[in-house]
Amino acid sequence: MKLKSLLLSLGLLAGATAVQAEDPLKVGFVYVGPVGDLGWSYEHDLGRIGLEKHFGDKVETTYVENVPEGADAERVITQLAKAGNDLIFTTSFGFMNPTVKVAKRFPKVTFEHATGYKRSRNVGTYVLRTYEGRYVSGVAAGMMTKTNTIGYIASFPIPEVIRDIDTVYMAAKKVNPDVKIKIVWVNSWYDPGKETDAANALMDQGVDILIQHTDSPAPQIAAEKRGMRSIGQASNMSKFAPEAHMFSVRDNWTPYYVNVAEEVMNNTWKPSDYWGGFKEDMLTIESINPNLPADVKAKIKETYAAIKSGELKPFTGPIKDNKGNIVVPEGHSLTDEELAQVNWYVEGITDEIPR
Amino acid sequence: MDADLITQILFAAIKTGTPLLFIALGEVICEKSGILNLGQEGMMLMGAVVGFLAAYTTGSMGLGVLAAMIMGSLMSLIFAVLVLQLGANQVATGLALTIFGTGLSAFVGSGVVGQTIQGFAPIEIPLLSEIPYLSEILFKHDILVYLSFAITIALYFVVNKTRVGLTLKAVGENPNAANAIGIKVLQVRYLAIMFGGAMAGISGAYMSLVYTPMWVENMTAGRGWIALALVVFASWRIGRIMLGAYLFGLASIMHLVLQGLGWSISPNLLAMLPYVATVIVMVIISADHFKEKLLAPRSLGKPFDPRNMA
Repeated sequence: MKLKSLLLSLGLLAGATAVQAEDPLKVGFVYVGPVGDLGWSYEHDLGRIGLEKHFGDKVETTYVENVPEGADAERVITQLAKAGNDLIFTTSFGFMNPTVKVAKRFPKVTFEHATGYKRSRNVGTYVLRTYEGRYVSGVAAGMMTKTNTIGYIASFPIPEVIRDIDTVYMAAKKVNPDVKIKIVWVNSWYDPGKETDAANALMDQGVDILIQHTDSPAPQIAAEKRGMRSIGQASNMSKFAPEAHMFSVRDNWTPYYVNVAEEVMNNTWKPSDYWGGFKEDMLTIESINPNLPADVKAKIKETYAAIKSGELKPFTGPIKDNKGNIVVPEGHSLTDEELAQVNWYVEGITDEIPR
Repeated sequence: MDADLITQILFAAIKTGTPLLFIALGEVICEKSGILNLGQEGMMLMGAVVGFLAAYTTGSMGLGVLAAMIMGSLMSLIFAVLVLQLGANQVATGLALTIFGTGLSAFVGSGVVGQTIQGFAPIEIPLLSEIPYLSEILFKHDILVYLSFAITIALYFVVNKTRVGLTLKAVGENPNAANAIGIKVLQVRYLAIMFGGAMAGISGAYMSLVYTPMWVENMTAGRGWIALALVVFASWRIGRIMLGAYLFGLASIMHLVLQGLGWSISPNLLAMLPYVATVIVMVIISADHFKEKLLAPRSLGKPFDPRNMA
């Protein structure tokens, strides 16, 4: 009897360890929009698919799309943690507090939050150097604008968006000292109707190139209709505007998702604040339109290469804000912590940041 | 602000107001028959998705619009059966219809999210498009805008000058009396509700075929609710509904234009403009309480059951 139960428990133990060894890493994703938004959530989902392709049977992924930022997010994240996910990616700024809260209750689960700043023992953060893409956009827009006015469709006045407006303007001014920028805030990441209205309002006011920090291709469609120019954001938006589209700055999350999953599998994961850009191929320039002049195409590639190699750092002093204060001293390049706190417009932008 | 910019703003205001005009015209006819349908947003979303699907698969914009109208009236038929036949509460049924339409449209449209189509091209009306300024505002639109002009004029005529209009109003004002003189109250209400549905459908199609030629979840973004306010705002008059729709369009355009002009006002504050405009006009209108009561159909929202009639 004793022997039997011993054998039985040994057998169970062996079975258990066997199961454990074969157990795939369960990874959950929480998206703010529909995966078909063709912008932000769409690219995160491509990252998830990339993760599956890389590891095959070794990972098992699930996702929840269209999760509102707030109480619902907490419920969804909790559910994913309860369902046995070992690693959970929450992919919108507004998921920050719910993620940190749920993480406290599930200390064995690893959480990664995109674009946030709150970390803990089991919560890491990651963000894209979108300003690198914006720098290339600014250079191209500065060269291409005939009216010397670039239009910027902005979402919310948070540091990431303000920083990117600064970058576009600084870059455009380098190649075109007369350039101006018009900024319209739509108070949404994703509202095709409003983005269309904003695009048209800007074009009505003499803007001939649109840059957007919103996620739908609506501004591309609006630019195409009126024979203006536009630059895609987050995903490759070339098909929406065959003539207007200059190029897209695409987010590519796969390399990061693969790295994090590997660290969790090997038990080497530690919470960190990860910034990825051109260098890591987490940001790419895609579908440069053949209809652009040769010098513009060359300059786009040259600028991209200079940033990728680290030779060009967009936020290198001296930089003055639009009230005349020196915000980056000569010879200094902003660190990631400082970049995360940019809340000023650079010299030459005549608008005020909405408060 | 120069003249060109002003004409462009007014042009945009008409475009932005057009989906509101369609859906509010449908709702006002429905309300004139005494029925309050809060399902506008749901019907509009179904119209948007089905219209897009039809246009995307057949390549014909006209079929897209037709499909959207049929879908809208089918949705409203559900509402009509529940409310007219089974005596369900109008408010609750309407809300349920909105929730149902929101969910169903997301489900139905999941396959075409992010696909695009060409959309309607603008048509310049010969002769009329020669008039300076006015033509830039009125006569360089797409065909659906002209259709909305035509429907507004036709409805104005029908409601105010014809026997059909009288019948409709009689049913909305006093269904018992209308019934007594031989008007088929339920029949009139069925037709009014389904007309409202068809207009909500075309309004949705305007969003997905013209305004932003693509389908994404919840793309109508509350315009169905605005239409309900518009009807009150216009005190149930066809002409005022047109005016109100464009005013509302103008207010939402101005919010974006003013920013581009460098007005350093909080965009959050500017985003409120359309709503502030609604509230102001509603205050002005309802200042005259007596007048207000005269204008709303008297049996609005009340059920009518011919079997209870002696």
